[in-house]
Amino acid sequence: MLRFAVRRLAAGLFLLFVVSFVSFVLLSVPNLDVARQLLGQSAPQHAVDAKTAELGLDQPILARYAQWLGDALAGDLGTSWFTSENVLTAIGHRLPVTLSLMLGVTLVTAVLAFLLGVWAGVRRGAVDRIVQVLGVVGYALPGFLVTLVIVLVFAVQLRWFPAIGYIPLTTSVPGWLSTVTLPILSLSVAAVAGVSQQVRSSVIDVLRQDYVRTLRARGLPPGRVLFRHVLRNAAAPALTVLGMQFVGLLGGAVLVEQIFGLPGIGSMTVTYTTRGDTPVIMGLVMTTVVCVVVINLGVDLLVGWLNPKARAA
Amino acid sequence: MSEALTSDNHLPAGAAAPRRAKPVRRFLRNPQAVISALVLGVVGGAVLLAPLLSTDPGAAELSKAFAGAEPGHPLGFDSAGRDVWSRLLHGGRNTLGGALIALAVALSIGVPSGLVAGYYGKWFDAVANWAGNFVMALPAMVVLLASRAILGPTMWVLMVVLGVLVAPSFFRLVRGIVATVRGELYVDAARVSGLRDRRIIARHVLIVVRAPIIIQIALVAGIAISLQAGLEFLGIGSGDLPTWGAMLNEAFQNVQRSPLFMLWPGLALGITSAALVLLASALRDVLEDGGTPPPRPRAARRARVSAPTTSDSAGARAALLSVRDLAVSYGSGASAVDVVRGVDIDVAEGEVVGLVGQSGSGKSQTAFSVLGILPEGGRVSRGSILIAGTEVVGLPEKRYRALRGGVVAYVPQEPMTNLDPAFTVGGQLVEPMRLRLGLSRKAAAERALELLRQVEIADPRRVFDAYPHEISGGMAQRVLIAGAMSCDPKLLIADEPTTALDVTVQAEVLELLRRLQAERGLGVLLVTHDLGVVADLCDRVAVMNAGRIVETGRTAQVLTRPQDPYTRTLIEAVLDDAPARPAWVAPRAADGAEVPA
Repeated sequence: MLRFAVRRLAAGLFLLFVVSFVSFVLLSVPNLDVARQLLGQSAPQHAVDAKTAELGLDQPILARYAQWLGDALAGDLGTSWFTSENVLTAIGHRLPVTLSLMLGVTLVTAVLAFLLGVWAGVRRGAVDRIVQVLGVVGYALPGFLVTLVIVLVFAVQLRWFPAIGYIPLTTSVPGWLSTVTLPILSLSVAAVAGVSQQVRSSVIDVLRQDYVRTLRARGLPPGRVLFRHVLRNAAAPALTVLGMQFVGLLGGAVLVEQIFGLPGIGSMTVTYTTRGDTPVIMGLVMTTVVCVVVINLGVDLLVGWLNPKARAA
Repeated sequence: MSEALTSDNHLPAGAAAPRRAKPVRRFLRNPQAVISALVLGVVGGAVLLAPLLSTDPGAAELSKAFAGAEPGHPLGFDSAGRDVWSRLLHGGRNTLGGALIALAVALSIGVPSGLVAGYYGKWFDAVANWAGNFVMALPAMVVLLASRAILGPTMWVLMVVLGVLVAPSFFRLVRGIVATVRGELYVDAARVSGLRDRRIIARHVLIVVRAPIIIQIALVAGIAISLQAGLEFLGIGSGDLPTWGAMLNEAFQNVQRSPLFMLWPGLALGITSAALVLLASALRDVLEDGGTPPPRPRAARRARVSAPTTSDSAGARAALLSVRDLAVSYGSGASAVDVVRGVDIDVAEGEVVGLVGQSGSGKSQTAFSVLGILPEGGRVSRGSILIAGTEVVGLPEKRYRALRGGVVAYVPQEPMTNLDPAFTVGGQLVEPMRLRLGLSRKAAAERALELLRQVEIADPRRVFDAYPHEISGGMAQRVLIAGAMSCDPKLLIADEPTTALDVTVQAEVLELLRRLQAERGLGVLLVTHDLGVVADLCDRVAVMNAGRIVETGRTAQVLTRPQDPYTRTLIEAVLDDAPARPAWVAPRAADGAEVPA
């Protein structure tokens, strides 16, 4: 199990390294005259050259990357070109917002998707058809469209929740809840739809396995067979899908944070990419990929724990 | 694949899917497919003909801002006084056009690379697979935003990037299927007979991947549209182009003043995406043979016989197991198929009765119905089954369950698939004993170790702690026998207990069964196709063919003086100069029920 974990971790670190290199090189390709942009059209050429040198942009790409990587490993992601903020601090302020969204969505999804999927997979018939159609439609509709409808209904028409704004958890728990409920609901629709389909089909799959028949032949009660044996075997593929959904959720968070005016890293991504602020973009890309790697590692470990065979793979 | 194979094993002879019609006809018969295709056709047509159906989407009359519908402007005007209908159609052009570009890029990267990786494997497979996983680990929206910083705000260029981002979904699909097909015998045959790779790919491989790719296209198109619209909604696409996402953005800015503006682009986007996914799921039904059988209708479940339908008229009944006039059916109503008909079997205490017949004769179905564990869709439709004097046909599930394990136990055919892979061997042995016998964890574990010793496992402690994938097939079969013995049953139903084992292991397991039977005075119903096993072990034998018992009698008598012509053929097939117990290769007959996996 430990070797398995170490191997997955190494793969994740390698992924991080490759992403950082590729992004850095790509972001450096367009030879935008950043210094000129910063100082304005009227600035004298020598001032522009000095600024370029100050930003290190007169160095070759590889040297700049080595510099960035060294700083990053030491915990310094540099400063924004346009606002002079420390990148790490800026992201640190906004990351908890996004993470609390993600945590909420993951909890809602795990509970709802497993309930719906198991119900559909065991009962079949009409229940199954309904869950399947809901799943297909929930998965099909563009996430931001679902979000807009939710805003229209619950914030604009019913006025149950504020349409925009964010209250930190540390300030007020009910306040925080009122501001994150709709965003979490919006993001959960597609995730629940996708994961419940996988739970359903793996439950049906496992129910047909020989060992389930043998367990029944031993006289075990159906509830015990379902919750102990079927669910444990069906959970692994469902968790894998949940992990893959998470990557999509990070993208969805960009739209949802923008719509609800939440100060998370999603809305930050929109603001800074439109300006071409390379240090911040690098920081954001790395943060997102770290989240993905951590989640995938968690899923892999859980799957390995649930399924002894996967540990050997 | 392994799931598919094992689930095939449950399908009895008669329950095979009816021959399917041609894809086009199946498509036309599927309402979901036809309706969603029609919707997409209408949207596509309207969007293509946008210049004919509407005016210039950019023409603005500020005086008409937020004005309602009027002749020539069926949907009214937006916040800048532009015609909503015209913007909707032209917006659709850009949105769908963008998605089409992404789709084309994804297809042209994903499909060829998947073909090559799946067919040739080697280093290309490793590299491409890694690249695919790499791209899939990136959140598309974040990458698109970052790309916009690099490549500028041109929507068409961003759509190419989007195409690259979704390409792995095609790559993975094609690679997976091709790698499977590559291992098929008919591809090997084509290769041996000198067909060139290019022809093999064209003739055998492309045909297999065609349908899944079509389905995937519909799915990926939906994803591409939704990402494209999302990008435009953020207001960072090409600002001047009308698109559905941009229209939604404008409408959302004015949501307090006039929420209705979100309706049209929202509907267009929602209907198009939903139609694509519904089309994909309908195409899956149409193009692929239904991987999952249709859910069992409630009526069929209720149609289970609620009481025995046969009286004791059919002769004296044995004390331990007595089956009379048993029929097992699959399906319901007119399409119901009987796979077992009029079967009578008796097993007395301490008696070993063989149930022989070739693959698909209904032996396993008979065994399952005694245990009450028929696969989904199957049911006892007639007859009576007495287990130790209790009638189990129509018995409430809870009371039936009390008999399983404790009175009647089951030894399955395929050892490796009959142990739950997620639990240790010990855990699986202990669980029923704690529940059924009320033993403590410690007492149950001790008893499990003792049982493992009894089934002649040399190192019980190691096996107890092992997971099923860590032990051999013969070992697993011993574990399953130990499991069957764990709650002291009186009757053992053994379904081809040695078929999946090596010949040397077969002999050992049979010897073990014989010993346990003698020691415990068990009654055994031994389902097998192997007459050698019957001669070795059985007191009496019943011969089954096509769902019926054709002959019953003492083993020696049936084997030496068979009355039924079918029994004679069965015996002749074995005795011709062959060794005493030849390894029988079951024909891969229409029925998967008896074929060892």
